[in-house]
Amino acid sequence: MTTWLRTIQLSVKNLLLHPLRSALTVLGILIGVASVIWLLAIGEGIGQKAQEQIASLGAQNIIVRTIKPSSDEVADGGYGLTRNDYVCLVATVPTIDEAFPIRVLSQEFRFKTRHFEGRLVGCTPGYAEVTALKQDQGRFITDADLDGERNYCVLAAESAVKLFPGGDAVGKKIMIDKEFYVVVGVMVSRAPSAGIGGSLAAEDYSRDVYVPITTLWRRIGDMTIVTKPGQFQRDIQEISQITLRVDQPSHVLQTADIIRNTLAQSHTLADFGVTVPLELIEQANTTRLMFILFLGMIAAVSLVVGGIGIMNIMLATVTERTHEIGIRRALGAKRGDITRQFLAESTVLSVAGGMLGILCGLACRPLSALIRSALERWFPVHMESLPDLIRTVQPVVVNWSIPLAFTISILVGIFFGVYPALRAASLDPIEALRHE
Amino acid sequence: MADPLTMLGQADFSARVQDMHKDYVLGGETVRALRGVTFDVPTGDYISIMGSSGSGKSTLLNLLGCLDRPTSGRFLLGGDDVSRFSDDELAEIRAKRIGFVFQSYNLLPALSVLENIEVPLYYSGRRTPRARRQCLELAEKVGLGDRLDHRPAQLSGGQQQRVAIARSLVNDPRFILADEPTGNLDSTTTCEILELLGGLSSEGRTIILVTHEHDVAEQTQRTIVLRDGKILSDERRR
Ligand SMILES: Nc1ncnc2c1ncn2[C@@H]1O[C@H](COP(=O)(O)OP(=O)(O)OP(=O)(O)O)[C@@H](O)[C@H]1O
Ligand SMILES: [Mg+2]
Repeated sequence: MTTWLRTIQLSVKNLLLHPLRSALTVLGILIGVASVIWLLAIGEGIGQKAQEQIASLGAQNIIVRTIKPSSDEVADGGYGLTRNDYVCLVATVPTIDEAFPIRVLSQEFRFKTRHFEGRLVGCTPGYAEVTALKQDQGRFITDADLDGERNYCVLAAESAVKLFPGGDAVGKKIMIDKEFYVVVGVMVSRAPSAGIGGSLAAEDYSRDVYVPITTLWRRIGDMTIVTKPGQFQRDIQEISQITLRVDQPSHVLQTADIIRNTLAQSHTLADFGVTVPLELIEQANTTRLMFILFLGMIAAVSLVVGGIGIMNIMLATVTERTHEIGIRRALGAKRGDITRQFLAESTVLSVAGGMLGILCGLACRPLSALIRSALERWFPVHMESLPDLIRTVQPVVVNWSIPLAFTISILVGIFFGVYPALRAASLDPIEALRHE
Repeated sequence: MADPLTMLGQADFSARVQDMHKDYVLGGETVRALRGVTFDVPTGDYISIMGSSGSGKSTLLNLLGCLDRPTSGRFLLGGDDVSRFSDDELAEIRAKRIGFVFQSYNLLPALSVLENIEVPLYYSGRRTPRARRQCLELAEKVGLGDRLDHRPAQLSGGQQQRVAIARSLVNDPRFILADEPTGNLDSTTTCEILELLGGLSSEGRTIILVTHEHDVAEQTQRTIVLRDGKILSDERRR
């Protein structure tokens, strides 16, 4: 034990005789070990992110959305999910427990002189629960509102602040599309939900106003006119999105297929999309695998290059210190003693690299944020084209990656140190003594 | 098989060399550095080896110091036939039973005086606090008690050689070998080093040194002269 301590102490001393050389050698291992930790941390981050998204969208949910086809395909302006689709899905697919249709429009909201442009969401009472919206004041839309097609509305927190900076929104009447609606509730502010690759856009709930979907259908109708400079554009759409809750998790994938088939029969245009949060796991796994392969390659290459660096330096050291080896042999050092000394030196190098690499690995969160913002600044276009998951992922250091990285660094030191050490030990004592 | 040599009383001899040959093969050519050398080394003897350059003095000393094995013949060290020993066994003998002093001192430049003296302790496995105290005493003994933290480069040749002598004594060997220990030193320093060696001899240690200088040889009890790998003369002074 103490001999080992002495050997390590001696190694450190010898390595410090050439600080720059040792530092550069350490760098290779540092990068390799840090990459190992990073790759596992990013993989873990992707996994957690996917889990979070799935949780926020509901693992048991299937989301069917209207997708706007290219404008020349839409002859008379009508497209997307219809009330008929909704009724048909609920009636014919037995595994669907509940369905929450919404219709989303861009609208201007007014109260006296205050006004703002936001999202008008026609919805059902279940919408608050299904999107995890929480009530702040008053109440949400009720079944009675729905059946009575009442002119009631509920404001998102930020919408309420815009129209009622004083906070006294409930009971007031706001104007939406030339009609008055009574504010019956205000919701708690909610962070936007993340989009999922190309299949689901990110949703920002901050400028929302919720009304019963039946009221929206009756009062506002399906048609909206979008005015762009120089042209009017008609847009006819009945339902923007339906969130369907399946009775059992094991039925989700099957149900999604049935829904796709059912909708495909009544739609000639590609004007709907089906998102299954459960399928995100697969997507996350492919992204994760890609990352692990990519960083794994970097890690492997830099560990090998780092190891070769160690071997190179150790071979140079053995040549430089041939005379010392001769002296030590003459004073009674066995081959094993010499092997051990040089092996300890290469291991100290690689372990130093390993420990610094672990530090860099632990710092992966701030470092990755730094790298990301640098990339966004200098290569905005390239970053834009990356999948959302990769742009937003937060690495999460996996506990066991640290002992793993440490072990790898020790093994690299030993593996690449063995040859130089054996070469040192095999020197003939007399020859070595004569070497100057 | 009973061996007449090992059956002789070993107590009287620290070493016996029997018809020792050493060949070096260099690029197909064989250099016969030693061609049958035989002599006994009684315990406590103080021997100088002389001879012209290339006569095989260093070769002989390296064999006596267990740094190498003879091509043929025997070398008995305190009853063991060292010529058959393995590499590790030879290293162990060097560590525990032999002290080396070299012409070019061969100190480790990165270590301090005290650390240099301590080096053989690692290899004999005796690095105890007591042994380390003895290192201090040895440094005092060779007159370097006040230079313990100095590097070899900061010392004169004579001082370096004293460090080397202190180092050779660390494991208390009975057998001390010196290859031209005064070869790089002036006459005053040579005298000091010889005084040290004489002192070690009177402590009962066996000393064999190689030298070119007759003045040095005269300080020893016995001189062996080599020529072309053979003993030319072997005389004891009185
Ligand atoms: N490793 C070796 N390989 C080949 N030949 C060697 C080797 N070592 C010694 N010799 C040869 O053996 C012979 C004896 O060499 P040795 O070094 O013993 O001489 P020496 O008496 O010590 O000479 P010097 O007084 O110059 O030190 C020389 O001819 C030398 O060239
Ligand atoms: Mg010589």
